[in-house]
Amino acid sequence: MSGGGLLLAMLLLPLVGAALVAPMRTAPRAAKATALALSLVELVLAGLAWAAYRPGGERLQLTLSVPWIPAFGTRFALGVDGIALVMIALTAVLVPIVMGSSWAEKLPEGRTPAGFYALLLATQSMLIGAFAATDVFLFYLFFEVMLVPMYFLIGRFGGPRRQYAAVKFFLYSLLGGLVMLASVIGLFVVSSARLGRGSFDWASLERIAESIPAGTQVWLFLGFFVAFAIKAPLVPLHTWLPDAGAEAPVGVGVLLVGVMDKVGIYGFLRYCLPLFPSASRSLAPLVLALAVAGIIYGALLAVGQSDLKRFVAYTSVAHFGFIALGTFAFSTQAQAGAVLYMINHGISTGMLFLVVGMLIARGGSRLIGDYGGVAALAPLLAGMMLVAGLSLLALPGTNSFVSEFLVLIGSFPRQPAYTVLATAGIILAALYVLWVYQQVMHGPVRGAAVLGTSQAPGAAAAPQRQRARFPDLSAREVVVLVPLVALILLLGLFPQPVLNVINPSVGATLSELGLTDPVGGQGGG
Amino acid sequence: MAEVLPAEGIAQHAWLLVVLPAVGALVLLAGGRRTNAWGHLLGCATVLTSFGYGVLLVAHWVGLDATQRTQELRGGTWFTVNALQVDYGLRLDPLSLAFVLLITGVGGLIHVYSIGYMARDPSRRRFFGYFNLFIAAMLILVLADNFVTLYLGWEGVGLASYLLIGWYQDRPSAATAAKKAFLMNRVGDVGLALAIFVIWRSLGTVQFSEVFARAGEFSGPTLLAITLLLLLGACGKSGQFPLQAWLPDAMEGPTPVSALIHAATMVTAGVYLIARCNPLYNLSPGGRLAVAAVGAITLLIGSIIGCAYDDIKKVLAYSTVSQIGYMILAVGLGPAGYALGIAHLLTHGFFKAVLFLGAGSVMHAMHDEVNMRRMGGLARLLPLTFALFSTGYLALIGFPFLSGYYSKDAIIEAAFGAGGAQGWVLGGTALVAAGLTAFYMTRLMLMTFFGERRWQDLRTTDGKEYHPHECPPVMWLPMVPLAIGSLAAGFFFASGERLARWLEPSLGPLVPAEAAAFPVALVPVLTVVVSTVGVLLAWWFIGRAPVPVRRPEPVSLPVAAARADLYANAINEALIARPGTWLTRALVFLDNKGIDGLVNGAAAALSGASSRLRLLQTGFVRSYALGMLGGGIIVIALLLVVSYS
Repeated sequence: MSGGGLLLAMLLLPLVGAALVAPMRTAPRAAKATALALSLVELVLAGLAWAAYRPGGERLQLTLSVPWIPAFGTRFALGVDGIALVMIALTAVLVPIVMGSSWAEKLPEGRTPAGFYALLLATQSMLIGAFAATDVFLFYLFFEVMLVPMYFLIGRFGGPRRQYAAVKFFLYSLLGGLVMLASVIGLFVVSSARLGRGSFDWASLERIAESIPAGTQVWLFLGFFVAFAIKAPLVPLHTWLPDAGAEAPVGVGVLLVGVMDKVGIYGFLRYCLPLFPSASRSLAPLVLALAVAGIIYGALLAVGQSDLKRFVAYTSVAHFGFIALGTFAFSTQAQAGAVLYMINHGISTGMLFLVVGMLIARGGSRLIGDYGGVAALAPLLAGMMLVAGLSLLALPGTNSFVSEFLVLIGSFPRQPAYTVLATAGIILAALYVLWVYQQVMHGPVRGAAVLGTSQAPGAAAAPQRQRARFPDLSAREVVVLVPLVALILLLGLFPQPVLNVINPSVGATLSELGLTDPVGGQGGG
Repeated sequence: MAEVLPAEGIAQHAWLLVVLPAVGALVLLAGGRRTNAWGHLLGCATVLTSFGYGVLLVAHWVGLDATQRTQELRGGTWFTVNALQVDYGLRLDPLSLAFVLLITGVGGLIHVYSIGYMARDPSRRRFFGYFNLFIAAMLILVLADNFVTLYLGWEGVGLASYLLIGWYQDRPSAATAAKKAFLMNRVGDVGLALAIFVIWRSLGTVQFSEVFARAGEFSGPTLLAITLLLLLGACGKSGQFPLQAWLPDAMEGPTPVSALIHAATMVTAGVYLIARCNPLYNLSPGGRLAVAAVGAITLLIGSIIGCAYDDIKKVLAYSTVSQIGYMILAVGLGPAGYALGIAHLLTHGFFKAVLFLGAGSVMHAMHDEVNMRRMGGLARLLPLTFALFSTGYLALIGFPFLSGYYSKDAIIEAAFGAGGAQGWVLGGTALVAAGLTAFYMTRLMLMTFFGERRWQDLRTTDGKEYHPHECPPVMWLPMVPLAIGSLAAGFFFASGERLARWLEPSLGPLVPAEAAAFPVALVPVLTVVVSTVGVLLAWWFIGRAPVPVRRPEPVSLPVAAARADLYANAINEALIARPGTWLTRALVFLDNKGIDGLVNGAAAALSGASSRLRLLQTGFVRSYALGMLGGGIIVIALLLVVSYS
């Protein structure tokens, strides 16, 4: 076995786990413990996959391929390159953390942890499937099916406007998926003409990519692009994200923004660029414009938010702009930066989401204006928020700096104008992080959520009670956050082990595009 | 430019310089309350040990031949992607070693002083953690052997200053000042980052040694762009025009923080950056002129505003703005000025540190009072503080044969030596500002230490009487070496051009001014005359009559303008902050009602306007399906327009 069984196991374990956990409605503790244990086993499997992967070896490794629907020529084919591997690793790291953080989550009435944790496991399985699929039709399937558990996670377990947010999320994504389906079918038709018989096999399609006429490529590219641009999301297709991010339970928000959105960018890298190289080259200016618009627009909107969770969602819109810029700037530095950025964004935004969730769990309000001076009451919570925030604004020494710097320095040679605009975005990033931090954490202790008047209006709370009402982090919360802090520093100061995995695959992607690095010559790989 | 050799011998452990304070910061910040008892001692020990090691290194370096004095210590890889290679590497040369001694020496003394100053703060241990972080970041900045590692220290310094300026986090003014400092620094950081990108695009490397060796390969416009972008970075970090407004606000931090930021670290970084990049500035007359102009404008702004403030720390802060202006002016003069800028930077490190620590001692004595109108007659009561502070005062105004006399005069001479109209303007500005410096510093001395004891009839804001008392030895002892430096460092550096010769391997030989408009020997005389006039004017306006406790209102337009920081904040507010706020509000409205509304609205229109209201309850599916279709069609149309136009 070439290791493909490992990926299959990673795909099936959470799925089987979901089926196991779902019926445990009367035993919430057992359900949670089982799910957490399974996610930790999944993490070990991810470690094994990481160890088995040879950077710079075959383009796709740990492969597995069995016939599935012969009539379509589609196969159940799995495999990873460096990009998919790091995304799978990110998923495996975040899911146990999300489960730990959701341990004491107050679920809406009538909902049990069993359903919640089962859906988390199902989501994980679908995400891993989407990253590991090497058959376009199989990828499409995972891409669509992952909406289902996520829809239920938001719609059943979310905040007050969860129905609205869930439907909006579902429809945006579904429609994007339908447009993509058209392109998937189109690709099949084109491949029938080129190969003699239709195929969904990614490697075969990649080989005929350059021979597809430019006009056809543009149409096929657009189908994929719309689906991915909604998923990522790029401005102006982003409006579902703040609603979904704000209404989703915090842990689900982490998975949604931290991992699921990345499927969009991953799709650009794995499908749009290698399969439609000429279309990618000719349409890049437009994507870059959307990316830079997203950086500035998302940041300005983040500055103006009054809701903590919507704030996090808009910062992500800005960050997805950086990632898209790196993806379409066509240098190995920028693309490696973009891939690393996906991981780092999952870690730092995930951490910020969790910290914000802990804040909201204490204050009972999502409004920034309901908080003030929290640092005096909960210094550890404040410190954690600062660490997450500094990572978000890409301070050197934290993980995000390396990726953001790579994106920008790699984009500059080909796209100086866009890069200058994007670089100005780092001022806005500092502004939105420090502004929110100042409002919530600094100054005198104030605000309805902190003083305890949000739930009991008019009650003059005594100072002693106020303190009791805003406890600092619990041991469980510290355990959930510490791995993220460690990753932020480790990947900030020693990112090379991860880059070593990413670099060859990014180099291969660039040569599939028919391009070489603008500085330093070779396409790498 | 001297050849770059690999580090050997004692220099192979130079990473200890950075690691010691970094570990100190880590232990103190992650260790929590357990380290409270000895945290401050550890904080001092790490920095002083680094200083001791720095002294050993310099002693070793003195014994080396000038051609062996530029060494690189290669660390591991930070990150690399194909041609882009970023390492943790240290560049040990006379310039970086001079900074190491300044940062760890003066910084170490400020650490010791803080043991006393922060004694009653329950979070003193965390304070020392931030202090160690500051020192570590600053050392990375000056020791880095490539632009990206320098950037690590560059922004690390920004973080440490953010944490320390906002130390009193329950005060909204402190929190705002901290944020402002970070943001204005980030504007400069963008300049530095873009400079790095341009260098990378042109040369494919970010390593100092290679960039400097191949500086001739840049085209003229590229080089101008790089030098201007680096200048933008320097302006942010060093509080130079037009990014000077954060520096006085940074006084919101505890006084030792001000001393650390203004004397030993942070604001000197801009001067360092330009001096370090001298091979680039040597080839770019336009870039040099811009640097000199920014320095001249800033030194004038700083010294004018310094005359108007009643807050003792704000006066010193604007004094820093102005003095850093002198340094920037000097390094903007090219080979005739690099070493002079660094010399003034080092002497300034001594006297500005003693001034700030002295001011802290005054505040310590006066219940944290900073308004000089509420002081007066303190010389007798705080004799030690007065004596130590006076050395800093005399050095700053350029009293003959003290430190400032040598280092500032040399810059004024070199500025005149730039020749032609340029020489007259730069030199004249620097000369006038020397007079203003004498004026505002004498005013400060008179209002604080002389005249009536105005505080005797006053009460603190919480109703206590003032009981001025001398500070404990742990606070005044560290000021003694600084005072000695204020007295003697200038002579030491200047005699036989000792410092300039030392710096030669890094900065090239110091070229004497070529085209002075008049005999250069006159400049010291002129400066002394102008300074004396400043002192006398200060006595004339402030010393003769009792100082009113309430500041006079209304005042003439120039004074009002100076009190308002020459409207720098008002301009920032009107041009950036307020329009920015409107913009974000408008965008939030637009995003909720506009883009989202467009999607919803298009859906409603498509599915029949009459059912719009009902859609909110039941029509999600249709509405969004159609809306998305609309959005998708728009995007596809745009993509097609772009690709086929």
